[in-house]
Amino acid sequence: MILGRSERGRPPAEPVTLKILVAGGFGVGKTTFVGAVSEIRPLRTEELLTEAGRPVDDLRGVEGKRTTTVAMDFGRITLREDLVLYLFGTPGQERFWFMWDELAEGALGAVVLVDTRRLEDCFAAVDYFERRDIPFLVGVNCFDGAARYPVEDIRRALDLDDHVPLLLCDARDRESVKEVLVGVVEHAMTRAARRPARPAVTT
Amino acid sequence: MSGDGQPRDHWFDDEAGPVVRPYAMTRGRTSHAAQHRLDVIAVVLTEPHVADPEADQTLSPEHVRIVELCRDTPRSVAELAAELDLPLGVVRVLVGDLVDGELVHVTRPVPPAELPDESILRDVINGLRAL
Repeated sequence: MILGRSERGRPPAEPVTLKILVAGGFGVGKTTFVGAVSEIRPLRTEELLTEAGRPVDDLRGVEGKRTTTVAMDFGRITLREDLVLYLFGTPGQERFWFMWDELAEGALGAVVLVDTRRLEDCFAAVDYFERRDIPFLVGVNCFDGAARYPVEDIRRALDLDDHVPLLLCDARDRESVKEVLVGVVEHAMTRAARRPARPAVTT
Repeated sequence: MSGDGQPRDHWFDDEAGPVVRPYAMTRGRTSHAAQHRLDVIAVVLTEPHVADPEADQTLSPEHVRIVELCRDTPRSVAELAAELDLPLGVVRVLVGDLVDGELVHVTRPVPPAELPDESILRDVINGLRAL
Protein backbone atom coordinates (compact mmCIF):
# COMPACT_ATOMS: atom_id res chain seq x y z
CA MET A 1 0.00 0.00 0.00
CA ILE A 2 1.30 3.42 -0.81
CA LEU A 3 1.53 5.12 2.51
CA GLY A 4 4.83 6.86 2.04
CA ARG A 5 8.08 5.92 3.66
CA SER A 6 7.88 6.15 7.37
CA GLU A 7 10.36 8.07 9.44
CA ARG A 8 13.28 5.97 10.48
CA GLY A 9 12.46 4.17 13.69
CA ARG A 10 8.80 4.98 13.51
CA PRO A 11 6.80 1.93 12.48
CA PRO A 12 4.34 2.52 9.64
CA ALA A 13 0.69 3.04 10.57
CA GLU A 14 -1.27 -0.14 10.98
CA PRO A 15 -4.32 0.23 8.81
CA VAL A 16 -7.78 -1.15 9.47
CA THR A 17 -8.67 -3.17 6.40
CA LEU A 18 -12.16 -3.96 5.17
CA LYS A 19 -13.45 -5.86 2.19
CA ILE A 20 -16.49 -5.82 -0.04
CA LEU A 21 -17.13 -8.65 -2.47
CA VAL A 22 -18.22 -8.13 -6.05
CA ALA A 23 -20.08 -11.17 -7.34
CA GLY A 24 -22.07 -12.05 -10.43
CA GLY A 25 -21.88 -14.19 -13.53
CA PHE A 26 -18.97 -14.48 -15.91
CA GLY A 27 -18.52 -11.36 -18.04
CA VAL A 28 -20.97 -9.22 -16.09
CA GLY A 29 -18.33 -6.55 -15.42
CA LYS A 30 -16.89 -7.42 -12.01
CA THR A 31 -13.32 -6.47 -12.86
CA THR A 32 -14.51 -3.33 -14.67
CA PHE A 33 -16.48 -2.38 -11.57
CA VAL A 34 -13.44 -2.90 -9.32
CA GLY A 35 -11.19 -1.01 -11.74
CA ALA A 36 -13.52 2.00 -11.87
CA VAL A 37 -12.74 2.98 -8.26
CA SER A 38 -9.53 1.17 -7.41
CA GLU A 39 -6.41 3.29 -6.96
CA ILE A 40 -4.39 0.44 -8.44
CA ARG A 41 -4.97 -1.48 -11.63
CA PRO A 42 -6.91 -4.53 -10.42
CA LEU A 43 -4.42 -7.12 -9.27
CA ARG A 44 -4.81 -10.78 -9.81
CA THR A 45 -4.26 -13.31 -7.12
CA GLU A 46 -4.50 -17.01 -7.59
CA GLU A 47 -5.11 -20.05 -5.51
CA LEU A 48 -4.25 -23.57 -6.50
CA LEU A 49 -6.96 -26.15 -6.43
CA THR A 50 -4.65 -28.24 -4.28
CA GLU A 51 -6.11 -26.18 -1.44
CA ALA A 52 -9.27 -28.19 -1.92
CA GLY A 53 -7.36 -31.37 -1.40
CA ARG A 54 -6.72 -32.34 -4.99
CA PRO A 55 -3.62 -34.40 -5.79
CA VAL A 56 -0.63 -32.13 -6.11
CA ASP A 57 2.05 -33.87 -8.02
CA ASP A 58 0.33 -35.94 -10.65
CA LEU A 59 0.35 -33.87 -13.81
CA ARG A 60 -0.99 -36.57 -16.09
CA GLY A 61 -4.24 -35.60 -17.68
CA VAL A 62 -3.88 -31.98 -16.67
CA GLU A 63 -4.54 -30.23 -19.93
CA GLY A 64 -3.30 -26.83 -19.02
CA LYS A 65 -2.14 -24.83 -16.06
CA ARG A 66 -5.33 -22.76 -16.07
CA THR A 67 -7.49 -25.63 -14.93
CA THR A 68 -5.54 -25.88 -11.70
CA THR A 69 -5.88 -22.32 -10.45
CA VAL A 70 -8.68 -20.02 -9.39
CA ALA A 71 -8.10 -16.37 -10.14
CA MET A 72 -9.56 -13.44 -8.27
CA ASP A 73 -9.14 -9.83 -9.22
CA PHE A 74 -9.03 -7.24 -6.52
CA GLY A 75 -8.62 -3.53 -6.09
CA ARG A 76 -7.81 -1.17 -3.26
CA ILE A 77 -9.16 2.15 -2.05
CA THR A 78 -7.15 3.96 0.63
CA LEU A 79 -9.79 6.01 2.39
CA ARG A 80 -7.41 7.30 5.02
CA GLU A 81 -3.85 6.43 5.93
CA ASP A 82 -5.22 3.97 8.44
CA LEU A 83 -8.38 2.81 6.66
CA VAL A 84 -8.22 0.71 3.52
CA LEU A 85 -11.08 -0.86 1.60
CA TYR A 86 -10.44 -3.83 -0.67
CA LEU A 87 -12.80 -4.95 -3.40
CA PHE A 88 -12.67 -8.60 -4.40
CA GLY A 89 -14.20 -9.95 -7.56
CA THR A 90 -15.39 -13.44 -6.67
CA PRO A 91 -14.44 -16.32 -8.95
CA GLY A 92 -17.27 -16.68 -11.43
CA GLN A 93 -17.62 -20.43 -11.62
CA GLU A 94 -19.75 -22.17 -9.07
CA ARG A 95 -17.29 -24.97 -8.57
CA PHE A 96 -14.99 -22.50 -6.87
CA TRP A 97 -17.34 -21.83 -4.01
CA PHE A 98 -14.83 -23.02 -1.47
CA MET A 99 -13.03 -19.78 -2.29
CA TRP A 100 -16.14 -17.73 -1.69
CA ASP A 101 -16.46 -18.99 1.87
CA GLU A 102 -13.00 -17.84 2.63
CA LEU A 103 -13.50 -14.46 0.97
CA ALA A 104 -16.89 -13.88 2.53
CA GLU A 105 -15.60 -14.40 6.05
CA GLY A 106 -15.49 -11.00 7.69
CA ALA A 107 -16.68 -9.15 4.59
CA LEU A 108 -18.54 -5.92 5.16
CA GLY A 109 -20.99 -6.83 2.45
CA ALA A 110 -21.35 -7.68 -1.20
CA VAL A 111 -22.51 -6.36 -4.53
CA VAL A 112 -24.20 -8.80 -6.91
CA LEU A 113 -23.80 -7.44 -10.41
CA VAL A 114 -26.57 -8.33 -12.80
CA ASP A 115 -26.86 -8.23 -16.56
CA THR A 116 -30.55 -8.22 -17.47
CA ARG A 117 -29.78 -10.13 -20.67
CA ARG A 118 -28.51 -13.02 -18.55
CA LEU A 119 -30.41 -12.63 -15.35
CA GLU A 120 -30.07 -16.27 -14.37
CA ASP A 121 -26.27 -15.91 -14.11
CA CYS A 122 -26.63 -14.10 -10.81
CA PHE A 123 -29.09 -16.46 -9.12
CA ALA A 124 -26.32 -18.49 -7.52
CA ALA A 125 -24.70 -15.39 -6.00
CA VAL A 126 -28.00 -14.00 -4.65
CA ASP A 127 -28.72 -17.38 -3.15
CA TYR A 128 -25.29 -17.62 -1.61
CA PHE A 129 -25.44 -14.28 0.22
CA GLU A 130 -29.03 -14.82 1.32
CA ARG A 131 -28.18 -18.14 2.88
CA ARG A 132 -25.05 -16.85 4.61
CA ASP A 133 -26.88 -13.79 5.84
CA ILE A 134 -24.30 -11.46 4.36
CA PRO A 135 -25.60 -7.97 3.58
CA PHE A 136 -25.71 -7.47 -0.18
CA LEU A 137 -27.29 -5.29 -2.77
CA VAL A 138 -28.03 -5.91 -6.41
CA GLY A 139 -26.39 -3.63 -8.96
CA VAL A 140 -27.96 -3.85 -12.39
CA ASN A 141 -25.16 -3.09 -14.80
CA CYS A 142 -26.74 -1.08 -17.59
CA PHE A 143 -24.67 -2.07 -20.59
CA ASP A 144 -25.00 -0.04 -23.73
CA GLY A 145 -27.82 -1.46 -25.74
CA ALA A 146 -29.06 -3.71 -22.97
CA ALA A 147 -32.80 -3.56 -22.89
CA ARG A 148 -33.91 -1.63 -19.81
CA TYR A 149 -36.51 -3.20 -17.64
CA PRO A 150 -38.44 -1.54 -14.85
CA VAL A 151 -36.74 -2.02 -11.52
CA GLU A 152 -39.81 -3.72 -10.09
CA ASP A 153 -39.75 -6.32 -12.85
CA ILE A 154 -36.11 -7.15 -12.18
CA ARG A 155 -36.80 -7.37 -8.47
CA ARG A 156 -39.64 -9.77 -9.07
CA ALA A 157 -37.64 -11.86 -11.54
CA LEU A 158 -34.90 -12.23 -8.94
CA ASP A 159 -37.41 -12.88 -6.17
CA LEU A 160 -35.54 -10.43 -3.97
CA ASP A 161 -36.53 -9.81 -0.38
CA ASP A 162 -37.96 -6.33 0.12
CA HIS A 163 -35.08 -5.16 2.27
CA VAL A 164 -32.42 -5.93 -0.36
CA PRO A 165 -31.56 -2.71 -2.20
CA LEU A 166 -31.45 -2.74 -5.99
CA LEU A 167 -29.64 0.00 -7.90
CA LEU A 168 -29.07 0.66 -11.57
CA CYS A 169 -25.41 1.31 -12.26
CA ASP A 170 -22.70 1.57 -14.86
CA ALA A 171 -19.67 -0.52 -13.90
CA ARG A 172 -17.40 1.72 -16.00
CA ASP A 173 -18.42 4.89 -14.24
CA ARG A 174 -16.56 5.87 -11.09
CA GLU A 175 -19.38 7.95 -9.61
CA SER A 176 -21.89 5.21 -10.24
CA VAL A 177 -19.66 2.57 -8.63
CA LYS A 178 -19.03 4.82 -5.62
CA GLU A 179 -22.77 5.17 -5.16
CA VAL A 180 -23.21 1.39 -5.21
CA LEU A 181 -20.45 0.91 -2.63
CA VAL A 182 -21.93 3.57 -0.34
CA GLY A 183 -25.20 1.69 -0.71
CA VAL A 184 -23.59 -1.55 0.45
CA VAL A 185 -22.09 0.05 3.56
CA GLU A 186 -25.35 1.83 4.41
CA HIS A 187 -27.25 -1.40 3.99
CA ALA A 188 -24.79 -3.20 6.28
CA MET A 189 -25.22 -0.46 8.88
CA THR A 190 -29.00 -0.60 8.75
CA ARG A 191 -28.95 -4.32 9.20
CA ALA A 192 -26.48 -4.14 12.05
CA ALA A 193 -28.68 -1.59 13.81
CA ARG A 194 -31.69 -3.84 13.49
CA ARG A 195 -29.85 -6.93 14.60
CA PRO A 196 -26.95 -6.18 16.94
CA ALA A 197 -25.03 -9.41 16.50
CA ARG A 198 -24.68 -10.98 13.12
CA PRO A 199 -25.04 -14.73 13.55
CA ALA A 200 -21.97 -16.79 12.86
CA VAL A 201 -21.68 -18.24 9.39
CA THR A 202 -23.01 -21.75 9.29
CA THR A 203 -21.85 -24.13 6.64
CA MET B 1 -2.52 -26.28 -27.36
CA SER B 2 -2.25 -28.66 -30.27
CA GLY B 3 -5.39 -28.90 -32.26
CA ASP B 4 -4.34 -31.75 -34.53
CA GLY B 5 -4.88 -34.57 -32.09
CA GLN B 6 -1.17 -35.28 -31.75
CA PRO B 7 -0.05 -35.90 -28.22
CA ARG B 8 1.59 -32.77 -26.93
CA ASP B 9 5.20 -33.57 -26.21
CA HIS B 10 6.61 -30.19 -25.44
CA TRP B 11 5.58 -27.30 -23.28
CA PHE B 12 7.36 -24.06 -23.89
CA ASP B 13 7.86 -21.01 -21.72
CA ASP B 14 4.93 -20.23 -19.46
CA GLU B 15 2.95 -23.18 -20.74
CA ALA B 16 5.33 -25.47 -18.94
CA GLY B 17 4.21 -23.99 -15.64
CA PRO B 18 6.50 -22.67 -12.96
CA VAL B 19 10.03 -24.03 -12.82
CA VAL B 20 9.56 -24.71 -9.15
CA ARG B 21 6.20 -26.12 -8.12
CA PRO B 22 4.74 -23.42 -5.84
CA TYR B 23 4.30 -25.56 -2.78
CA ALA B 24 7.93 -26.66 -3.00
CA MET B 25 8.69 -23.25 -1.49
CA THR B 26 6.75 -24.25 1.57
CA ARG B 27 8.39 -27.68 1.61
CA GLY B 28 5.04 -29.19 0.79
CA ARG B 29 3.14 -27.58 3.63
CA THR B 30 -0.28 -26.29 2.70
CA SER B 31 -1.12 -24.82 6.08
CA HIS B 32 0.72 -23.38 8.99
CA ALA B 33 0.20 -24.88 12.42
CA ALA B 34 0.52 -21.64 14.34
CA GLN B 35 -1.69 -19.59 12.07
CA HIS B 36 -5.38 -19.69 11.72
CA ARG B 37 -5.98 -19.22 7.99
CA LEU B 38 -4.81 -15.71 7.39
CA ASP B 39 -7.44 -13.54 5.82
CA VAL B 40 -6.68 -12.15 2.38
CA ILE B 41 -6.86 -8.65 3.89
CA ALA B 42 -4.73 -9.39 6.96
CA VAL B 43 -1.88 -6.88 6.87
CA VAL B 44 1.76 -7.93 7.20
CA LEU B 45 4.35 -5.57 8.73
CA THR B 46 8.05 -6.20 9.15
CA GLU B 47 9.25 -5.87 12.74
CA PRO B 48 11.34 -2.70 13.12
CA HIS B 49 14.30 -4.56 14.65
CA VAL B 50 14.84 -6.77 11.59
CA ALA B 51 18.01 -5.57 9.90
CA ASP B 52 19.27 -7.95 7.26
CA PRO B 53 16.99 -10.87 6.51
CA GLU B 54 19.32 -12.11 3.79
CA ALA B 55 21.88 -12.99 6.42
CA ASP B 56 19.44 -15.50 7.87
CA GLN B 57 20.29 -18.81 6.26
CA THR B 58 17.01 -20.40 7.25
CA LEU B 59 15.01 -18.04 5.07
CA SER B 60 14.16 -18.68 1.43
CA PRO B 61 14.41 -15.88 -1.13
CA GLU B 62 10.61 -15.60 -0.98
CA HIS B 63 10.72 -15.11 2.80
CA VAL B 64 13.31 -12.39 2.33
CA ARG B 65 11.20 -10.63 -0.28
CA ILE B 66 8.20 -10.55 2.00
CA VAL B 67 10.28 -9.08 4.82
CA GLU B 68 11.61 -6.42 2.47
CA LEU B 69 8.29 -5.62 0.83
CA CYS B 70 6.59 -5.10 4.18
CA ARG B 71 9.33 -3.04 5.76
CA ASP B 72 8.07 0.44 4.91
CA THR B 73 4.63 -0.21 3.57
CA PRO B 74 2.26 -2.66 5.22
CA ARG B 75 0.82 -5.08 2.67
CA SER B 76 -2.16 -7.37 2.71
CA VAL B 77 -1.79 -11.09 2.09
CA ALA B 78 -3.62 -10.65 -1.23
CA GLU B 79 -1.21 -7.93 -2.34
CA LEU B 80 1.79 -10.05 -1.42
CA ALA B 81 0.39 -12.97 -3.41
CA ALA B 82 -0.14 -10.73 -6.44
CA GLU B 83 3.29 -9.09 -6.17
CA LEU B 84 5.20 -12.31 -5.62
CA ASP B 85 3.02 -14.10 -8.18
CA LEU B 86 2.44 -16.93 -5.72
CA PRO B 87 -0.77 -18.68 -4.72
CA LEU B 88 -2.46 -17.34 -1.59
CA GLY B 89 -1.90 -20.62 0.22
CA VAL B 90 1.84 -20.43 -0.30
CA VAL B 91 2.00 -16.84 0.94
CA ARG B 92 0.05 -17.79 4.06
CA VAL B 93 2.55 -20.50 4.94
CA LEU B 94 5.54 -18.24 4.30
CA VAL B 95 4.04 -15.42 6.40
CA GLY B 96 3.33 -17.95 9.16
CA ASP B 97 7.01 -18.90 9.20
CA LEU B 98 8.01 -15.25 9.46
CA VAL B 99 5.57 -14.64 12.32
CA ASP B 100 7.09 -17.62 14.16
CA GLY B 101 10.54 -16.18 13.61
CA GLU B 102 9.33 -12.79 14.85
CA LEU B 103 10.43 -11.13 11.64
CA VAL B 104 6.97 -9.80 10.85
CA HIS B 105 3.69 -9.37 12.62
CA VAL B 106 0.21 -9.49 11.24
CA THR B 107 -2.69 -7.22 12.02
CA ARG B 108 -5.93 -9.04 11.84
CA PRO B 109 -8.99 -7.61 10.21
CA VAL B 110 -12.24 -7.27 12.09
CA PRO B 111 -13.23 -10.73 13.33
CA PRO B 112 -15.79 -12.53 11.19
CA ALA B 113 -19.41 -12.40 12.30
CA GLU B 114 -18.82 -8.92 13.66
CA LEU B 115 -19.23 -5.65 11.91
CA PRO B 116 -16.70 -2.92 12.53
CA ASP B 117 -17.70 0.03 14.69
CA GLU B 118 -20.39 2.24 13.34
CA SER B 119 -17.91 5.12 13.40
CA ILE B 120 -15.61 3.20 11.05
CA LEU B 121 -18.50 2.48 8.71
CA ARG B 122 -19.36 6.18 8.67
CA ASP B 123 -15.76 6.96 7.85
CA VAL B 124 -15.94 4.49 4.97
CA ILE B 125 -19.07 6.15 3.59
CA ASN B 126 -17.59 9.63 3.91
CA GLY B 127 -14.31 8.46 2.43
CA LEU B 128 -16.05 6.92 -0.56
CA ARG B 129 -18.11 10.03 -1.17
CA ALA B 130 -14.98 12.17 -1.04
CA LEU B 131 -13.10 10.09 -3.63
